[in-house]
Amino acid sequence: MLERLLPVASTSAGDIDFVFSLIFWLVGFWLLVAELVFFWLIVRYRRRDGQRAQYITGELKSEKRWITIPHLLVLACDVFIIFFAVRVWYDVKQALPTAPEQQTVRIVAQQWAWTFFHPGPDGQLDTPDDIVKVNELHVEVDKLYHFQLTAKDVLHSFSVPVFRLKQDAIPGRVIVGWFEPTKTGEFDIQCTEICGIGHGLMPARIHIETPEQHASWMAEHGEISVAAVTGR
Amino acid sequence: MAESIPVAPSPARAHDHEHPAEPGFIRKYLLSTDHKVIGLQYMFTGMAMALLGGFLAYVFRMQLAFPGIDVPLFGVVSPNEYNSLITNHGAIMIFWVAMPVLIAAFGNYLIPLMIGADDMAFPRLNRLSYQLFLVSALVLLASFFVEGGAFGGAWTMYPPLSASSEFNQTPLGTTLFICAVALEFVAFLMGGINFVTTTMNSRAPGMRMYDIPMVVWMIVLASILFMASVGPLVAGAVMLLFDHTLGTAFFDPQRGGDPILWQHLFWFFGHPEVYVVLLPAVGIVAEIITVFARKKLFAYKTVLYTAFGTGVLSFTVWAHHQFIAGIDPRMANVFTITTLLISVPIAEMMFVYIATLYGGSIQLATPMLWALAFIAEFLIGGVTGIFLGASGSDIYLHDTYFVLAHFHYTFFPIAIIGSFAAISYWYPKMFGRMLNETLGKIHFWGTVIPFNTIFIPLFVLGAAGEHRRIWDFAQFPELASEPLRNLDKVATVSLVIMLAFQAVFLFNFFWSLRRGQKAGKNPWHANTLEWTTESPPPHGNWKQMPTVYRGPYEYSVPGRDADFWPQNEPA
Ligand code: HEM
Ligand SMILES: [Cu+2]
Ligand SMILES: [Cu+2]
Repeated sequence: MLERLLPVASTSAGDIDFVFSLIFWLVGFWLLVAELVFFWLIVRYRRRDGQRAQYITGELKSEKRWITIPHLLVLACDVFIIFFAVRVWYDVKQALPTAPEQQTVRIVAQQWAWTFFHPGPDGQLDTPDDIVKVNELHVEVDKLYHFQLTAKDVLHSFSVPVFRLKQDAIPGRVIVGWFEPTKTGEFDIQCTEICGIGHGLMPARIHIETPEQHASWMAEHGEISVAAVTGR
Repeated sequence: MAESIPVAPSPARAHDHEHPAEPGFIRKYLLSTDHKVIGLQYMFTGMAMALLGGFLAYVFRMQLAFPGIDVPLFGVVSPNEYNSLITNHGAIMIFWVAMPVLIAAFGNYLIPLMIGADDMAFPRLNRLSYQLFLVSALVLLASFFVEGGAFGGAWTMYPPLSASSEFNQTPLGTTLFICAVALEFVAFLMGGINFVTTTMNSRAPGMRMYDIPMVVWMIVLASILFMASVGPLVAGAVMLLFDHTLGTAFFDPQRGGDPILWQHLFWFFGHPEVYVVLLPAVGIVAEIITVFARKKLFAYKTVLYTAFGTGVLSFTVWAHHQFIAGIDPRMANVFTITTLLISVPIAEMMFVYIATLYGGSIQLATPMLWALAFIAEFLIGGVTGIFLGASGSDIYLHDTYFVLAHFHYTFFPIAIIGSFAAISYWYPKMFGRMLNETLGKIHFWGTVIPFNTIFIPLFVLGAAGEHRRIWDFAQFPELASEPLRNLDKVATVSLVIMLAFQAVFLFNFFWSLRRGQKAGKNPWHANTLEWTTESPPPHGNWKQMPTVYRGPYEYSVPGRDADFWPQNEPA
């Protein structure tokens, strides 16, 4: 369902959409049933002259059945939903598939900007050729990335809607997570934790590039960074 | 439950009756210890705050639909004003509207009247509770006028943002906000003690545990939940205040503190708080649907036990607000399970209400319309919570407008629909006159239809990725698209329509005070004790205190001529 509203651009996005759709159809169906029964009862038992209401205590087993059965159904649906929700959660948040070092980015949030550290041509972070970009994250399609997320001042939250991915950033801690883009293009990055006056004013963009595009971006910027450091 | 608890002589019965014969205005209204006066004070204060909370919503919704416009009655909304508006809207609606109206106003007004007591167990503590509440509201209002403006770090007050004016840039506003919330908590602690003690000790002779009307039970359970959950947060609020004003570092990660600790303290209170306001509303609905369907409540004990069950479970779900906050991801699995399980007792409660309608003789008077609307709308709020309790989908939906629409589909039925249900039902008792039915129905449809057209678009916007607490979406190319912007306009226009219809209610309310038809003692032919005394009840409530012979929901009992059977009528 969600794919009708926004693109699906990572390996996990489809799984999360699946949980959403599953819940939508399952609880949507029961909601409809409950509302229909409810409105039917209101119409069916409207007051009529000379007709008295029935005296039903609801304490008898045969009467209680009318609520015990639906409530067991709710329980069954819950168990079903828990199973799928936890499975996706495990994949996205608990498991951490390995990624080579050149596919690791560092994300630093602050009032009110994002700084993205990309490993330069040497494939390592914390070296002089790192490519540092403000409000611009560059990744290559179909590669599994790790991100190291942190914040400088207050809480922020790193959110990429087309990945269906979200993670709060906490000052003093580095949180590691992963994503694997599957679709090239340029998409929104949001901050989804209120972080002060400029909270609505810290948009960023993620650029998902083909290997060729990414290589040329790297070449262009790697050059500049190296030049800046060595003074060549 | 012990059914044979001896009913102790009410300590309230011995309360100070040394008032002078004709108390002056100040003594009668401002310093009164009469539970009815205090109840009405809470109600009017809550209604005034609701108008303010609605006005704030109007201002920031206008900014969202028409970014940058000069909002009539306010002006241009800057980003920091936007943050203050949403923060105070949320805090006001929960702490200064839902709680005072549902718990304090109706609890104070109804508990003694419905259990057959002449006042609260501790009338003076009750008065102090209202006075403190009023001070808390004034402190909050004052925060709008101090230098730097009102606090804008969301009603959840997450540190480090809320813990240092270097980050939030509202040095005084933040301090006042935290103080106001803490004072409000203290006021409600006093009220809670009163509700529980009064219900346990001051019941009319003959009223056993299972003869207590559901709304009284629910307010008592809500008070217990509140008192049990708020302690840690009061401590947390003091720590936050110290961090902010004295420079301590309880929540400052740079100096050994932990910001996540605040989130645990806040939500350990915050989730039960949802049920604190929910339970009184479901109690109100139980009273109304039984009267207007002329039906016994289906499975009284089941309703009571589901409320107990919900209350206990509500202490085990808090971290569903923190799935992606950086807690250990394994914890999310536990909280997903508890959260989805809590849907079972809540669903059961709704099923019981639907079952109560079966075989009834349903009269769609205004109070009944509100009560039925509560059920229809709250069901939507309930099922959309499943999307958020399921950790897998919450990764995406957290902090989007989907969450916002979900909790408004719970809070709006609770705080607004529930309050209107109660006001239209008990108004004749409170003021001795009937509200106008036609105006009541116009107001009903004028509120409920726009409510849906405000928040259904917000579900869609949230599912499309629109995130909360954002001043202007123009910065986000994917969210700035024409269809999404139009949905925001639909929501805002609906809000303006809904607010306009509240004038009908206010007119009806004040006009009927003088012009309404006289109500008499029991206009709805209801069973509970408050309908056996004058409308409005005199000081001391009854000339002769009632005795109870049966449960509250004996409607349409076979073999009797009348289709109701008041609790105090000897067999
Ligand atoms: C009068 C109709 C109402 C409208 C149109 C409305 C609309 C909104 C909107 C659009 C927001 C989010 C703003 C943002 O995130 O940028 C919001 C926040 C909120 N609302 Fe309402 N609301 C209404 C009534 C209520 C009621 C009755 C309650 C509770 C009893 C309530 C409780 C809250 C809370 C707790 C927040 C969160 C504030 C925060 O993010 O800090 N609202 N409301
Ligand atoms: Cu932010
Ligand atoms: Cu919760």
